[in-house]
Amino acid sequence: MPYSIVESCVKCHACSPACPNGAIYETTAHFMVDPKKCTECEGDYADPQCASICPIEGAILNGFSEVANPPGSLTGIPPEKLAEAMAEIQAR
Amino acid sequence: MELKVLDQPETGGGCSSGSCGSTDDQLSHLPDAIREKVHNHPCYSEEAHHHFARMHVAVAPACNIQCHYCNRKYDCANESRPGVVSELLTPDQAVKKTMAVAANIPQMTVLGIAGPGDPLANPERTFETFRQLSEKAPDIKLCVSTNGLALPAAVEELSKHNIDHVTITINTVDPEIGAKIYPWVFWNNRRIKGKKGAKILIEQQQKGLEMLTEKGILVKVNSVMIPGVNDDHLKEVSKIVKQKGAFLHNVMPLIAEAEHGTFYGVMGQRGPTHDELQVLQDACAGDMNMMRHCRQCRADAVGLLGEDRGEEFTMDKIEAMDIDYEAAMVKRAEVHAAIANELEQKNNQPNESLVTLSSIKKKDTRPVLMAVATTGGGVVNQHFGHATEFLIYEANTTDVRFISHRKVEDLYCSGGDTCGDGETVLQKIIKVLDGCEAVICSKIGYEPWSQLEEAGIMPNGEHAMEPIEEAVAAVYKEMIESGVLDEAESDAELVTA
Ligand code: SF4
Ligand code: SF4
Repeated sequence: MPYSIVESCVKCHACSPACPNGAIYETTAHFMVDPKKCTECEGDYADPQCASICPIEGAILNGFSEVANPPGSLTGIPPEKLAEAMAEIQAR
Repeated sequence: MELKVLDQPETGGGCSSGSCGSTDDQLSHLPDAIREKVHNHPCYSEEAHHHFARMHVAVAPACNIQCHYCNRKYDCANESRPGVVSELLTPDQAVKKTMAVAANIPQMTVLGIAGPGDPLANPERTFETFRQLSEKAPDIKLCVSTNGLALPAAVEELSKHNIDHVTITINTVDPEIGAKIYPWVFWNNRRIKGKKGAKILIEQQQKGLEMLTEKGILVKVNSVMIPGVNDDHLKEVSKIVKQKGAFLHNVMPLIAEAEHGTFYGVMGQRGPTHDELQVLQDACAGDMNMMRHCRQCRADAVGLLGEDRGEEFTMDKIEAMDIDYEAAMVKRAEVHAAIANELEQKNNQPNESLVTLSSIKKKDTRPVLMAVATTGGGVVNQHFGHATEFLIYEANTTDVRFISHRKVEDLYCSGGDTCGDGETVLQKIIKVLDGCEAVICSKIGYEPWSQLEEAGIMPNGEHAMEPIEEAVAAVYKEMIESGVLDEAESDAELVTA
């Protein structure tokens, strides 16, 4: 089941050269995975390359449409801490 | 530059004052070839930076590590942290832009690739830009900034181009500390978190530094000072990187605000105060004045150091330009020769501030920090209200020395609904000028005048178009003679403590 990229992608370009199958391409809105080309990196790498290099939590979904990098897993910022800070900024 | 004349008319020899500013002395440990390279460098030479310019092109979007002071989502036009950029260019566009700027601003001598990601994590884009420029515009020096992770693998390729210098950001040599700065690195096709990842990054940085020195490529090391994380440790980093051949170690302050959405910003990690930064810079630098000229600049900044002319060179404007680079190169060579000539003449001139300072009778008077508004050229020539940054100088009874740049934008963001907390720009500038007792500019309005005075910062608009060091020396002398330094003694101790 192929990986996919959703709109929170910031178009940092990191994933596309990392993909062993050239499955990732740029669109005006964000990067996309060609589901016909994605092999989940099976046979090439132990870890799916796009999900291993992407810096944005939530931008990449695995084959079960689950978020590959959940909130806090990459930045180390506890999600409740982030929500708190954002609420504080909004209230200013 | 002037400072060596202040201390002693002849260069070389020992330095009697506590703060010798002579560029020759600072570089005396380096081989001639490197000294020559640094001498006219707009980023490093205090003398040259008033006259030459650099620019950056944003061709490198991807990164291979995460730093706790960076948020890859953030892109704000008001932001001036390195790593934040507005317009991503393809290598072809970057080459065109560089040549357009070089043809229109002959002072532009250095082209850098610094981001918005890590240049060496985008090897095709970065090297394609370098390859084309080495060929089409051989009179432009190239430089690159990197986190160092992919550096060892890139050294061979870098040495093929017209590379002037490489900047490595090294925040630590200790994996324990590294784990508090870098949550992960992407290495050998895996994301590696924590101490293990930090250890790999540190090894690659050190190896890359050694390999570059071996090849004779100039290496500068940048460090971000993070209070409570690596502040004390940076002294050790400084020793190690200089031993391994880095010609400069530049300590920069952490910039962390919750609205940036960075780990440090959200978690409330504070940046250093101006004083803390200065103390550490002094400890790491061994009083190298010139290194402080390398400031945190916007990754797509265009123009003479300190000003930003990026608006004149957006991609659609460049497409419409017709550039004859052959002709431009001839004109550039003429302008460069004229600048070199002017610098030489300046060096040979007797320095008048020597007279100003040597006529000071009370030798035990305390030193004073002053802020100067300038657009470049080494003279006081900017209106207070137009200044987006200030040069900070310290005057004492024997010497005037450059301390740092302080940017106004670092402290605020003028757009977006998450910004603006009711503080006026002037109040923010007053905060930026914390610790300074005078601000020297070409002109200043009535309202800021009185507010600055109230804040204990004496505005001065009487030295317009004078060389900066002379203006600072003259104002210092006026302060001594008027007795303000005697009265303010106790206040000042609080500030510098
Ligand atoms: S999982 Fe692997 S094959 Fe599929 S898009 Fe990502 S990098 Fe390419
Ligand atoms: S690495 Fe992530 S953020 Fe970057 S382009 Fe790919 S999906 Fe988008």
